[in-house]
Amino acid sequence: MKNSLKEFATGFNSLLVGMRVTIRQFFRPTVTVHYPHETLKMPPRFRGHIELVRDPQTGKALCFACKLCERACPSDCISVEGAKLEGAKKRSVTNYILDFTKCSLCGSCVEACRDGAIRFSREYNLASTDKADYIMDLFKRLENESLEAEGNAGQPSPPAGAVVGQASSPAGSPGVPPGVPAPTAPPAPPQAEVPKAGQPKPASPPQTT
Amino acid sequence: MIQAIQHSLFAWWPEPLRLVLFLVAILSFVGLNAAYLVWVERKGAGRFQRRPGPTEVGYAGLLQPIADALKLMTKQLIVPAGADTTLFRLAPLLMMSPALMSLAVIPWGQSLAARNINVGLLMIFAFGAINVMAIMLGGWSSRNKYAIISAARVVSQNVAYEIPMLLVVITMIMVTGTMNLTEIVTQQAGGFWHWNLFRVWVNPLMPATFLIFFTCMLAETNRAPFDMAEAESELVAGAYTEYAGMGFGVFFMAEYANILLGCALGTALFLGGWQSPVGILPGVVWFLLKMYFLIFSVVWIRWTFPRTQFYGLLNLSWKILIPVSLVTLLLTSAMMKLVHA
Repeated sequence: MKNSLKEFATGFNSLLVGMRVTIRQFFRPTVTVHYPHETLKMPPRFRGHIELVRDPQTGKALCFACKLCERACPSDCISVEGAKLEGAKKRSVTNYILDFTKCSLCGSCVEACRDGAIRFSREYNLASTDKADYIMDLFKRLENESLEAEGNAGQPSPPAGAVVGQASSPAGSPGVPPGVPAPTAPPAPPQAEVPKAGQPKPASPPQTT
Repeated sequence: MIQAIQHSLFAWWPEPLRLVLFLVAILSFVGLNAAYLVWVERKGAGRFQRRPGPTEVGYAGLLQPIADALKLMTKQLIVPAGADTTLFRLAPLLMMSPALMSLAVIPWGQSLAARNINVGLLMIFAFGAINVMAIMLGGWSSRNKYAIISAARVVSQNVAYEIPMLLVVITMIMVTGTMNLTEIVTQQAGGFWHWNLFRVWVNPLMPATFLIFFTCMLAETNRAPFDMAEAESELVAGAYTEYAGMGFGVFFMAEYANILLGCALGTALFLGGWQSPVGILPGVVWFLLKMYFLIFSVVWIRWTFPRTQFYGLLNLSWKILIPVSLVTLLLTSAMMKLVHA
């Protein structure tokens, strides 16, 4: 009798302790990220699909189409083409196609690359209903990137994580209609204005719709 | 003054009209509450887990219940092959209507009860028993093994918890000497120490009595940690497994209507109903405040405790709640005969 009463008392007390714990949590701020409106910045070692690295000086790709990545890929999902352009010392890449439907993100290509010309992107909004979206033209992606960087030369370039934030915008485009500079943007240098007008739809295919 | 206004507002109505007015008011009150208690539940669940809960539909997700209801209404109503169609269709209504009818005798304010009848308490418990039958019929008629296991559980659980509940109510009837809810609340006038919950000079175990009542209320409305009928991990959705669209919606709303009823009853029986502890604000406001506090506790308990096992649940009833409620019953009768005679 005494034991069972004691057991009852401790049991009841533990219920009260539990309720105190939860009511404290109730009044604390929430810890979740409100996903479509806010996104997390991906950590530096996040493994998205690969992307070409731009030379910070020239703005062109570091890649010179040595095709080591193509050979290293166990799934045969990379195809690189290069050509020796006039006046250039090395060959340069002219086409870089990643078939992301086959890629298993093993990273052999990044390891194989001797010049650090490819790296993992930090993009994770890769859902699509169209298979063609996953045949990624990484060279075009790089060119668009450098155009954008030139176009935004006057203002701080967006951080790498910003791509992620834009991916969920309904239009799927960076928010600037072709040919119309954003009202807040400072007047862009003329040579940047022209290519911008003819800018195709952003080539980075993975846009959530 | 508020009472005077209420009086002048409602007293001169002819009786049938008055009845219709109150019924419409109660129906809409229950409907809105059932819908918005779902919102409260989801918001509360979110906050207890440190997330915001519904936010997208309307401001702070306030239109979420309406969106949910619209979605449920667009769904096809499917009756499983081999099911007993009549009973299958009847069960959700049978669960909803007793809650609605019982609310007619709840005294929201001094002169604000649809029907101020002398056997109000009896009526609530008489109708409350139909609730069990509704879940049982729903489970049985849907011809699904999970549903029928759930139905069997509901019956044994409700039988187990009806007993301490009724013992507690008998104690309360002995203390108050009436089954008229308005009368019961009127007796609790004065400071909050006159509330039945704190009447320890009548029965030193009065707070325990309230706890037993509240526990039984949780068990009878199949709320966590006693949600044996809807054990997702073992029984899919229990008795509601085969219900689609608004059939499920009505069950869902009836669950919240029953919680509302249980909390309203607890407020009237133990927490002094419309009696204000400090003397400001009209009585209805106090009634609703106390009732919503109890409802919040129900949500709070749900998101605090894990589900009990089924035998643990029956053990709690037969080994603890029934003996303790018997003791309070005996103690109250002894105290009334010896001390307060």
